[in-house]
Amino acid sequence: MAEQIFPKWTNRLRTFLGLGAAGAGVFVLVLFAYGASPKTLNVGYAPDQPVPYSHAIHAGKLGIDCRYCHTTVEKAAAAAIPPTRTCMNCHERIRPESPKLALVRESARTGEAIPWVKVHDLPDYVFFDHSAHVTRGIGCVSCHGRVDRMDVVTQTQPLSMGWCLNCHRNPEAFLRPKDKVTDMAWKPAEPQAELGRRLREEYGIRPPTSCSTCHR
Amino acid sequence: MSSEITTTAEFLSDDPVKRAPLVDPRLDYHSVTETVSAIAERPKPPKAWYAAFAVALSLTLMLFALIGYLIVEGVGVWGNNNPAFWGFPIVNFVFWVGIGHAGTLISAILFLFRQKWRTSINRFAEAMTIFAVVCAGLFPGIHVGRIWFAYWLFPVPNQMEMWPNFRSPLLWDVFAVGTYATVSLLFWYFGMIPDLATLRDRARSRLSKILYGVFSLGWTGSAREWHRYERSYLILAALATPLVLSVHSVVSFDFAVAQLPGWHTTIFPPYFVAGAIFSGFAMVQTLMVPARRFFGLEKIVTMRHIENMNKVILATGSMVGYAYGIEFFIAWYSGNPNESFVFLNRAFGPYAWAYWIMVSCNVIFPQLFWFKKIRRNLLITMVIVMLVNVGMWFERFVIVVTSLSRDFVPASWGYFKPTAVDLLMLLGSFGLFFTLFLLFLRFLPIVAMAEVKGVMPHDHGPKEKGAPESAGGER
Repeated sequence: MAEQIFPKWTNRLRTFLGLGAAGAGVFVLVLFAYGASPKTLNVGYAPDQPVPYSHAIHAGKLGIDCRYCHTTVEKAAAAAIPPTRTCMNCHERIRPESPKLALVRESARTGEAIPWVKVHDLPDYVFFDHSAHVTRGIGCVSCHGRVDRMDVVTQTQPLSMGWCLNCHRNPEAFLRPKDKVTDMAWKPAEPQAELGRRLREEYGIRPPTSCSTCHR
Repeated sequence: MSSEITTTAEFLSDDPVKRAPLVDPRLDYHSVTETVSAIAERPKPPKAWYAAFAVALSLTLMLFALIGYLIVEGVGVWGNNNPAFWGFPIVNFVFWVGIGHAGTLISAILFLFRQKWRTSINRFAEAMTIFAVVCAGLFPGIHVGRIWFAYWLFPVPNQMEMWPNFRSPLLWDVFAVGTYATVSLLFWYFGMIPDLATLRDRARSRLSKILYGVFSLGWTGSAREWHRYERSYLILAALATPLVLSVHSVVSFDFAVAQLPGWHTTIFPPYFVAGAIFSGFAMVQTLMVPARRFFGLEKIVTMRHIENMNKVILATGSMVGYAYGIEFFIAWYSGNPNESFVFLNRAFGPYAWAYWIMVSCNVIFPQLFWFKKIRRNLLITMVIVMLVNVGMWFERFVIVVTSLSRDFVPASWGYFKPTAVDLLMLLGSFGLFFTLFLLFLRFLPIVAMAEVKGVMPHDHGPKEKGAPESAGGER
């Protein structure tokens, strides 16, 4: 026999190498399936806003309709962030001295916009139109979650391409009557599958799934 | 008696009464081990190796620099443009995949058919296969344009829920070539284990002891190990055999499944496979003839091997010639004017020069191998196989470019011109191929010693005494 240059303990390396290789495979799989998924990376994004505005108070407790502030949502691609003037409609009289509203008052005086931080931010290569969705029976809550319960707006959905396709391929599961679109607490009175099928027919919903629908 | 043969002339005689020895009968087990191991063991390779390696490595570096340029600038650096979007990258891909066919044919199919002369050349051919597949795999990877998305070639689950088109042969290609690369690599490495053990046992420096030791996986050459090894080798050969036929069939589907005249033909799979084996053997010959002279392997890789390979080249070259002919026949017989036009355009259109290079290199010159004197003449063999290498590259060029540049709509006709980057990348891929090959020649057992010992003439004679020595031979 040739001279042994590998001591006996090297035999044990085989086991470790095997386990290591298997472990590395599992690690990569888990990393990609969960770690790099938008569900992990994007859901739960809740940046600090310049003004501690609470949707829970305004939309929830006070019951202000979404469209009072986000006025363009039924007509345009973007759901507009309201001008400071909209805030001042009420806050000229309600809590006019509140220190939390200092920035709002300053903005109203100077005309400088409040630097809100965008939460639901789609990539620039994606075309999305709010009006096409909210006028065809897709509720605000389907994509934005229970905003009427949020003190700080938080992203609840991954907004990934697969997530979009999930609805475009099967809209029945999400359709609601047009007059319930902004109703955050709405629950279907009949099974959603039946309602969805009926509404799809009634509204003529044929969601496209071709590339150029969103990537124009 | 084979052991009575003493001269090369007698050894090469075709006396049907005697069983022809497969390697030079003057060799014994010891000299096989010495001849082959010495190549990897000499402390410094010869000067010519350094010269060749310097050239090959420079070309490889140039290739990678050009790939960098391609990534920065985009695919516009190539000549690919409307209407010929498949330019050199696809031509080179098909060319290199084809080259890669000889290895598995020699190692798997000839093994299953008990063609024992394969033992002297199989290691060589398998190594060449691996390196050719490396070159081949490179081109589709960079041809995708945005190469950071090259992983989209594979069906990886992703948040976009976007998948490759499973009905497209381009995806089948990914699997066919991927499987082929994996199995070839496994087969090559597996066959090398006993020989690596021989090198390990003879190693002098500590580093080579460790490296050969690790890669020989603790091989001891016991009867039990040999028993299991031979069984597994057989199974691997059986697994690899269908791949010889499947890989280039699937590559041909890239063309045949399209509707373009000149591509859309049922003859493509067998025609491509024959062409692949043809080009593969030509490349083995190109490398083998100089290497056996250079490393003194004339007794192991004998004139009989050279001649056998030349016969395979003759046979497959004739098949390819037949396919060229039948394409014309079908173009006429189908009565399809587009089909007829494409083939007339190939032979007499703007790419006639490429077409006639292809025909003369692939069909006409290999016919010289009908003559025994030419089959056994190394110089002429070298010239012919070089021409075959050229011809087979042009075959892919003719198929890809002529069909694309003149399709159904005359308004979109064009003339493909390669850019300097195209040509230098082709050259660079040869650099990569030869770099890997020269490293193989320097560090690994380039002939399957253990297998050659199994077919030594001693085994055939009735005077045989004692069992053949096991691998790891020199203890």
